[in-house]
Amino acid sequence: MIMDRKKSEGSKSIVDKSRLVDESGLNSRIVSFVTKWEFILVVLLLLEIVVFSNLTPHFLNTFNLLNTTFTFSEKAILALPMIFIILSGDIDISVAGIMALSSFAMGYASSQGAGTGVLVLIGLCVGVIAGFFNGLLVTGLNMPAIAVTLASMTLFRGISQAILEDQAYTEYPEKFGYFGQGYIGDSMVPFELVLFLVLAVIMGFVLHKTTYGRKLYAIGNSSSAANFSGISVNKVRLTNFVLNGLFAGIAAVLLTSRIGSTRPNIATGFELEVITLVVLGGVSITGGKGNIFGVVLAIFLLGYLKFGMGLLNISAKVMIITTGALLIIAVLIPGFMDSTKARNKLKRQQNLETTEKNLNKGIDE
Amino acid sequence: MRELIKKREFTLLLLIAVMLMLIVTQAPSFVSPENILRIINDTSILIMVSIGQFMVILTGGIDLSLASIIGFSGMAASMLNQYFPDLPVILILFAGMGIGTFLGLINGVLIAFGKVPPIITTLGTMSIFRGFTFVMSKGQWVTAHEMTESYMNIPHGSFLGLSNLIWAGVIVSLVMYYFMKYVRTGREIYAIGGNKVAALFVGVKENKINIIVYSLVGLLSGLAGVMWTARYAAAVNETAIGFELFTVAACVLGGVSIAGGSGTVVGVILGALFLGILTNALPVVHLSPFYQLGLQGVVILGAMIINTLSEKRNEKKLLNRRLQ
Amino acid sequence: MAKPILQLENITKYFPGIRALDQIHLNIYPGEVHALIGENGAGKSTLVKIMTGVYQPTNGRILYKGNEVTFPNALDAQRAGIAAIHQEASMFPELTVTENIFMGHHSGKSGHVDWRSMKKRTKDLLDKMELDINPDSLIKNLSTAQRHMVEITKALSIDADVVIMDEPTSALTLKEVEDLYKIINQLKDAGKAILFISHKFDEIFSVCDAFTVFRDGRYIDSGRISDSSIDDIVKMMVGRSLDKMFPKKKAEITDTILEVRNLSKIGIFKDISFSLKKGEILGFFGLVGAGRTEVMRVLFGIDKKESGTILINGQEVVIHSPAAAMKQGIALIPEDRQDQGVIQDMSLTHNISLPQVDSLFPFGVLNKKIEDDLTREYGSLMEIKAASWDVNANTLSGGNQQKVVIAKWLATDPLILIMDEPTKGIDVATKAAVHSFVSEMAVKGLAVILVSSELPEVLGMSDRICVMHEGVITATFSRDEADSEKIIRAATGHDSIEEIV
Repeated sequence: MIMDRKKSEGSKSIVDKSRLVDESGLNSRIVSFVTKWEFILVVLLLLEIVVFSNLTPHFLNTFNLLNTTFTFSEKAILALPMIFIILSGDIDISVAGIMALSSFAMGYASSQGAGTGVLVLIGLCVGVIAGFFNGLLVTGLNMPAIAVTLASMTLFRGISQAILEDQAYTEYPEKFGYFGQGYIGDSMVPFELVLFLVLAVIMGFVLHKTTYGRKLYAIGNSSSAANFSGISVNKVRLTNFVLNGLFAGIAAVLLTSRIGSTRPNIATGFELEVITLVVLGGVSITGGKGNIFGVVLAIFLLGYLKFGMGLLNISAKVMIITTGALLIIAVLIPGFMDSTKARNKLKRQQNLETTEKNLNKGIDE
Repeated sequence: MRELIKKREFTLLLLIAVMLMLIVTQAPSFVSPENILRIINDTSILIMVSIGQFMVILTGGIDLSLASIIGFSGMAASMLNQYFPDLPVILILFAGMGIGTFLGLINGVLIAFGKVPPIITTLGTMSIFRGFTFVMSKGQWVTAHEMTESYMNIPHGSFLGLSNLIWAGVIVSLVMYYFMKYVRTGREIYAIGGNKVAALFVGVKENKINIIVYSLVGLLSGLAGVMWTARYAAAVNETAIGFELFTVAACVLGGVSIAGGSGTVVGVILGALFLGILTNALPVVHLSPFYQLGLQGVVILGAMIINTLSEKRNEKKLLNRRLQ
Repeated sequence: MAKPILQLENITKYFPGIRALDQIHLNIYPGEVHALIGENGAGKSTLVKIMTGVYQPTNGRILYKGNEVTFPNALDAQRAGIAAIHQEASMFPELTVTENIFMGHHSGKSGHVDWRSMKKRTKDLLDKMELDINPDSLIKNLSTAQRHMVEITKALSIDADVVIMDEPTSALTLKEVEDLYKIINQLKDAGKAILFISHKFDEIFSVCDAFTVFRDGRYIDSGRISDSSIDDIVKMMVGRSLDKMFPKKKAEITDTILEVRNLSKIGIFKDISFSLKKGEILGFFGLVGAGRTEVMRVLFGIDKKESGTILINGQEVVIHSPAAAMKQGIALIPEDRQDQGVIQDMSLTHNISLPQVDSLFPFGVLNKKIEDDLTREYGSLMEIKAASWDVNANTLSGGNQQKVVIAKWLATDPLILIMDEPTKGIDVATKAAVHSFVSEMAVKGLAVILVSSELPEVLGMSDRICVMHEGVITATFSRDEADSEKIIRAATGHDSIEEIV
């Protein structure tokens, strides 16, 4: 061993006060907590619950609140690996295309008499293969993820359209219906919701508690610095795309099971809603920033917003507008807050330095 | 000559020629003048809007909202025609373009001054503009018998044997070709996409360019909206949904780098024509129209892969020349 | 004496978290070449950006031709007659030479671009500079030196009264440097003012008339070149004498640990062979673009080699990834600290544990205590100054960031440490600290490769020096036989000493 590892008794680091602005004060800590995006999402969610439960008696109803999760569980599940993808600076807009392909494969297998277990296996495998295909093109040939997945989206959906034309598969085994329609035991809790929550816990653990998650943040912040630190950047990105394919397969099983049929246009537009959820949850589209809590909050915020507005008979189109606006605001406001913070910091620093300079007058050379 | 062959536009032209020849073996009438004009007519809208998308991609951005702009301005123009049938169609045409420009301007302002990344901005406004189309139309369509004859004639009318739609496509192509090659602002768009820092050093204003580019896409989409609704004699709320992806595809086929900074108007026009011919050829070669989407996927992916590989080879060649 | 054409008074510039310039003065006179001298990080480039309208000063005023002016944007400064050759890569790789020269001020009336006249003017300019470059070539197809010459041509295409040259020679061969001197003299005779930024003293003493010295963002002194000696200026620039800057200790140089044989990468470098012993500091000198960094990238597994062998402790090894390099005990402190060295938006702890993220944590589950201990140990060793170990790297000064990079690699317990421009852009105090640290590590038996473009650093620190030129090692000197003339001659590919200006 070359290093002599001297233990660090007393060699505590010295704060260079002229260069750093003290942010440990109670005031600034409160400010930074209140301006946290997850905090804002929690406030919005509470606000939503209060407003809707005052406007309609049907909102705060356990059965309704649980049952309406059917409408967003598949997208919620898709959002989980999409966090990984976006966090590491990539994007995948082919998820809905993968779902179409995977649903098509299951429909075909079912028409050939495959049982439930085989169907699920086929659905997941098609997803994994499609995700691997994307990942290989992105990492192997170094092509931009947005271009690759745009093309593969067309390809995946195109395959199912070429064969299915305007037909549909509608015959599925009875048991297969459980995944998208069933409840846990005799309770009111949908299987889809529980599956989502379990997957969210797993993915959250991977993201925040494992080295894989750490690598994602490193790559998203600077893939070259990550590479120079010995991280196999492309291996991680490829894994992300495969994961995304797997989850698209899961979502395809759920959606196909729920609606009981496969058409080429199944899940159209899902990719954009999923990306919206992830960005609304505070994940930076340029990578490196965000966490699972924000996205889970955004999922419920948006899901229940739709539900509440539906109860109030507000048109679905207003909902579309609200979603779009929320997406932009979700990026606009934190950006605005950051630049204000930076400006304030600059100002404080300037004041600090002027005072310091007055104190040091005469001592300086 | 050698330079010419190396150019991407030339390769694309060659590809189109090969494709046409293959089709001709199946259906000789495919290359008849009438059919060629029909294809160009069918592709004009894609050409116009793809050139807009090209400028955005050149700056390193992307516009996912242009299909919604087409939908909104098409609906607005049709409703103007429906409720004010006496309004001269030329005014309606300009109104459609004006509305499109305004919507594009909103994108531009959010991107330039709000510092919201283009993909997020246009993903958001894609929903917003589409939503407002429904709100404005109250979910209703404007159908053929609610439109005036002169409105529906905007694209169909002809001049010197060419339809107005073709003329629109040709004029837009020529103007944008000139703009991107011979106008300072056009060249500055290349600068922003090529190297933002260097652009700053020579005084190219990024905000100004973004505002101009997104407004221009809006203008072209507004024009396309009027043409689209008049051509199909119907303004539905779902007009052009998914069209943004075709414009990106035309750009990628035309050799535009998705990272920004390189590409030409001619390449984009050829890319759009390629897609147009492909679509029109399916029935001729007895392939079900349902093959279109999948084939497009294959073609675009193939083009991208070939592009990437040939770039890599070029780089290597260049290095070989540098040091022996 | 004539009146100054450009006067900067009390210019101060703050960035969030850093004070880049502190009440700077600078007077530039027509018909004179004025040297702006200072180490990397002294604030020279920031000042250039202020003079060219890229940045706005926080305080202070700019007088141009006697009037107070502001340049809200780069175009305004250009129109006023201030042109600059920027140090950073400020080219458009996908565009032609002509367009790169004219971007921002295309010729032609009312926004119309007149390609023909631009091409003709480009040809004239290139001819005048005796450059054999096609105006229609894309920049991406040119060599590094050619790009720099285009950059210089670009500045001359504006008929400017003040020309700022920010380290214009860093990638030029001797012949090109001579051409540049000729141009400078022409400009001078035409009554133009030139601000020449460099830290190479031979250049400064051969072309400049006056100088101003900056240190750590402050104005130190100015004067006439003819009245000063190199020693005076070095003292002003560094604030201490050179031997303290390079506290080289005698290390015991033992067994060969690394041997590189005929390493080649087509078009980048060729037949690179050298060896490195334990306790040795091997310097690598060369012009920008000579291929030094690229060799190190291959040794560290970032890029692939085309041919050649790498031996560690006599055994041939295959290094196909940085992880594989780390397994062989190689660590690399990369050239670009900001983009390759640290992850700006990550805490110091996470930065320092990053290279070992796979081996440090059992079952891949993060453990705060393990990484905190690691960080405390190596962070304290490097004397990193930070409010806590949990602040993000981007809150630190350049020097402290570099200490983080060194700490994170020392924590991997390497046998071979490759440092690529380890003191670029950091303050003098940290620089000295890094040097003394490297020296101590070598004494403890670490083998070090020091890639540097600063001749004093290479001369002061190395036991042996390899010099590269256009992808080839042109000479290797021992510490005793090396001197700056020999090294520069080898680095510029010239055989006879008479050609040195």
